[in-house]
Amino acid sequence: MSDVERQWTTRLRRRAVAALPPDKLLPDTQPSYVASWIYVFGVTTMSALAVVIASGCLLALRGPQWWHTSSVGHFVNSLHLWSVEIFFFAMVVHLWGKYFMAAWRGGRSLTWVTGVVTFLTSVGAAFTGYVSQTNFDSQWISTQAKDGINATGAGAYFNVLNTGQMLMWHIVLLPLAAVLLTAIHVLLVRVKGVVPPFDERAGAPAVTNHDANDANDTNDEKVVDA
Amino acid sequence: MSFGNVVGALVPLNTLGRYVHWHFIQISVANLIVIALMVLTFVVALVAPFPGRRRRRENR
Repeated sequence: MSDVERQWTTRLRRRAVAALPPDKLLPDTQPSYVASWIYVFGVTTMSALAVVIASGCLLALRGPQWWHTSSVGHFVNSLHLWSVEIFFFAMVVHLWGKYFMAAWRGGRSLTWVTGVVTFLTSVGAAFTGYVSQTNFDSQWISTQAKDGINATGAGAYFNVLNTGQMLMWHIVLLPLAAVLLTAIHVLLVRVKGVVPPFDERAGAPAVTNHDANDANDTNDEKVVDA
Repeated sequence: MSFGNVVGALVPLNTLGRYVHWHFIQISVANLIVIALMVLTFVVALVAPFPGRRRRRENR
């Protein structure tokens, strides 16, 4: 083995490309069973997350006085709230869909687990957002929450009455974790593929659109545009 | 009158929240409506035809 082949960068690149070749990372087509509304809620969740992050960056740029007093600030603040509402709405429907599909089948357990952990992380991000509003609502929520958090023993490290600490959790740690976990979740979906319905032949190879047009009606393992 | 004022006139937003209380379950009407909408969306997503699906089948 040459020096170049022994480099960790070379070995890492080869392992990454073997696990996730470019056509699998960004596929042109998807299996025919993906042509259903129940499959759109994952990407809806990610689209909402993009708006959450973008509107959150705008709020971070201008600060609380801006989002409390100016009309544009109110608008961006509302955009942040409603994108979070859509994020959770779509994520819950996505979760129900995947639960009833038993989406952990076919070696997809880690995909399921990363989804669950992302959901729990997002709940934490939403909660720290509520106590970071810097208004009477956030004061009320934090004073209501403190006893519950203290009862768990976590209050020594996670003090909901500490606005600065909650804000840092909300705008640094939890968004980082949520975005990182989402990226891992999507990569795992790319590696293992979208879980097929129960009556589909699991692991059937995808074919091209050209092949799909030429195939007979009995073969249902066809593709749709990605 | 702004759009916000019109909506505010239709839906009173400056009152105490309404709650549904059934045995040990207590939930605000707003949250109950959101859950109902999620269930409705889930059912519609299962049964509603997806655009282009029939065309793709006919092309085979």
